[in-house]
Amino acid sequence: MRSVWEDSNRLLLSALTLLLTLGLCVIILAPLVQILAQSFFDAAHRFVFLDNFIDYLTHEKSLRLIRNSLFVALTSTLIVVPTAFGFAYALMRSRMPFKPFFRYISFLPLLAPSLLPAISFVYLFGHQGFFKPWMGGGTIYGAWGIVLGECFYVFPHIVMIFLSALSLSDARLYEAAQSMGASSLKKFFTITLPALKYALVSATLVSFTLVVTDFGVPKVIGGDFSVLATEIYKHVIGQQNFALGATVGILLLVPSVVTFLIDSLVQRKQKAVLGSKFVLYVPKKAPIFDTVMFIFALWVALFFLIVLGVAFFASFVKFWPYDLSLVLKHYDFSSMDGGGWDSYLNSLTLAFWSALLGTIAVFTTAYVVERGKVFPPLRAFLKLLALLPMAVPGLVLGLGYIFFFNHPHNPLNALYQTMGILVVCTVAHFFTASFITATTTIKQIDDEFEDVAESMGVACYETFFKVIVPIATPSILHIARYFFVNAMTTVSAVVFLYAPSTTLASVAVLNMDDAGDISSAAAMASLIVATSLGITLLFDALSHFALKQSQQWRKTR
Amino acid sequence: MVLKKSVLALAGLMAATHMFAAKESITVYTALESDQVKPYLEAFKKAQPDIDVKIVRDSTGIITAKLLAEKENPQADVVWGTAATSLVLLEQNGMLEPYAPASLKHIDAKFKDTKTPPAWVGNDVWGSAICVNEVEAKKQNLPIPTSWEDLTNPVYKGKIVMPNPASSGTGFLDVTAWLKIFGEQKGWEYMDKLHDNIGQYTHSGSKPCKMAASGEFPIGISFEYRAAKSKKEGAPIAVVFPKEGLGWDLEATAIMKGTKNLKTAKTFVDWATGEDANKLYAENFAVVAYQGLSKPIEFIPSNYASMLIDNDFAWSAKNRDAILKEWSKRYESKSEPKK
Repeated sequence: MRSVWEDSNRLLLSALTLLLTLGLCVIILAPLVQILAQSFFDAAHRFVFLDNFIDYLTHEKSLRLIRNSLFVALTSTLIVVPTAFGFAYALMRSRMPFKPFFRYISFLPLLAPSLLPAISFVYLFGHQGFFKPWMGGGTIYGAWGIVLGECFYVFPHIVMIFLSALSLSDARLYEAAQSMGASSLKKFFTITLPALKYALVSATLVSFTLVVTDFGVPKVIGGDFSVLATEIYKHVIGQQNFALGATVGILLLVPSVVTFLIDSLVQRKQKAVLGSKFVLYVPKKAPIFDTVMFIFALWVALFFLIVLGVAFFASFVKFWPYDLSLVLKHYDFSSMDGGGWDSYLNSLTLAFWSALLGTIAVFTTAYVVERGKVFPPLRAFLKLLALLPMAVPGLVLGLGYIFFFNHPHNPLNALYQTMGILVVCTVAHFFTASFITATTTIKQIDDEFEDVAESMGVACYETFFKVIVPIATPSILHIARYFFVNAMTTVSAVVFLYAPSTTLASVAVLNMDDAGDISSAAAMASLIVATSLGITLLFDALSHFALKQSQQWRKTR
Repeated sequence: MVLKKSVLALAGLMAATHMFAAKESITVYTALESDQVKPYLEAFKKAQPDIDVKIVRDSTGIITAKLLAEKENPQADVVWGTAATSLVLLEQNGMLEPYAPASLKHIDAKFKDTKTPPAWVGNDVWGSAICVNEVEAKKQNLPIPTSWEDLTNPVYKGKIVMPNPASSGTGFLDVTAWLKIFGEQKGWEYMDKLHDNIGQYTHSGSKPCKMAASGEFPIGISFEYRAAKSKKEGAPIAVVFPKEGLGWDLEATAIMKGTKNLKTAKTFVDWATGEDANKLYAENFAVVAYQGLSKPIEFIPSNYASMLIDNDFAWSAKNRDAILKEWSKRYESKSEPKK
């Protein structure tokens, strides 16, 4: 009896493992292989190996683009890493008031497409901007506008890295230092900073990569200052030169892959820091320090609220800057580029399906990888596939999708130009972060559940649905929210894939800005933020409720 | 055998769905402004309620590049309201299906392809116009320019925006007009000087006028429809028609060779070049292709037609690539970070 159960369990898990591996190969690996292969061919489909790259890199113009990209990425990183560190430090190491509020504020940029800060900075610092008199003849269009926009866009990602790193600090070290009479400054430099060195490396790399691969900000506010990411867009959309797009795409892949490799190395090292007798650090009251930190955090929060608020406000202004009366007409998108309200509905559809299918795919994959018990090498490969998207910029993934899915011999060709391909691409694009969340959660669930279930002859899917899923509900909700919000805001991958009947809100923001309808672009961007915020609050409430339920379950046990 | 059968069945099913779709819908690529497309299409829907029109709208350069890229496997059935220069280019590549629409005899000879049947038929004339923000001009002590030459005056340094000719049809017709008005060498010299005054090159031909309207940049090189419309909507702008002459192009319509929906495509083109559609074009443009329908437009002078320069679409089409390459070499690689 038992062995039959075991056999059927094994069969089911084997089939699932194979299916998921095949699935991820199609939606992640194959498009990447295709774009890589494409970059070795010239426009007439002849194999030229590295000639495309050599050709590209010997142009004076390409070198300038690379220089521009490097300049913007390095400058933004230099600004955002210390600021985000200070902010995270204030949240974790001070006893300043309103901490939950500040935490929420710092995550707000995640709810907006990266085009939004750029639009806001045009309103703030453009030639008709609020702060134009402070600009002293300088212009926001160009490198500095991009840097400002990127700082806003990258900030929450970096804060998260520092928050998790700071939460790993062991209080016993500080107590020991205290008893030896070390000053606060000394403690900072001998305990805090050394413990954060890996986080600093991660933060720097992540920030650099995010900026280099983002094209929303430079597209809107870059003026004639071009970077590599906008160049891909120009080649592919503007000139339909896919081969050149592929070449530049592979160049963009380099920093992402390097970041990914170093980061995974660093992650492995960081684990060794955690001992079993770990004591959580709790900050003590320090009035002066707390006040300084509060004021700093207040400035950062104010900056974020202003950036979001300006776009929101501008979307209601009748005719900037000459008629500041408030109207709703910019929310009538029917005579605008980008597909109007249909795009908003399409975005909701995309977000819904990405959240639903993405969550199922991610959670099943994580479960199979962690608890599958069949084909260890295949599961290791599956894990690798799941981690791969982290290293792939959206623009490159989207381009890979064109090459792979639009290939006349691909049986999946029918997906091209449908909502289906947008969902698949979005799931693939945001797979990794959710996968890591799911894996962490499953690791925390005692595997004795499965052992007991198996010995009692319970099918593995029953254990999965009756034990694992209920315990992991908060984490599952978190993943669904992540997919939903990212599907609403993303531009980079889907900009190459949408069709006349599947235009998206985030892409509409871009198109309306291109046509000069900046108020309507601001309106659509505000709509996206409002939706993302609503969904986030809803999911937080659901998660809170689920946690309460699971707590109750613990009590009755 | 079973596999073969099922493949056949599947193929049959797909063909059936395709035929079903083909009866009802066509894909139309257009570079018309979004705020024009909406009323035009509503009128078409009234005339032909059974035809579903899928619109792909983008700037002229993008539509042209897209069509050329899809040469082997055309996705569009019809190109509508797109620069005649681009359509001539497509025709030179053997990509258009000649067709004599029902109203052909009413179309002004200047505004259609000379062959019979013509490869393309014009809809209306669109041409250069400069939008100058009067409030900002006063504030910044800028004279209102009256000619192309005026725009090279150093007082306008960084104050002018114009569309990038690679993406925008309006940008391209300006560049070809300068090469015609000033001659090739002088034309490039003119653009060199103008480049020093340009604050930004934009993606679309409308954006410069919208930027001028909001004062973001005081002067925008754009086209007359957007200029007149912005002014009508209350923007504090003066619409300037430079005295050397106006660059222009035709918004024109053609059927793509290899379309699987030829019959529906013909129905659409009959409408798009017919009297009713031209009446709608005449609401927006001072000169339309259908004879006798042109009427004056507010803020556009009555002698507009006489200000247009002599144009040669064949020349513009043939040299399009070379002109854009030269333009990009001169002005895209020069734009260093402005600090």
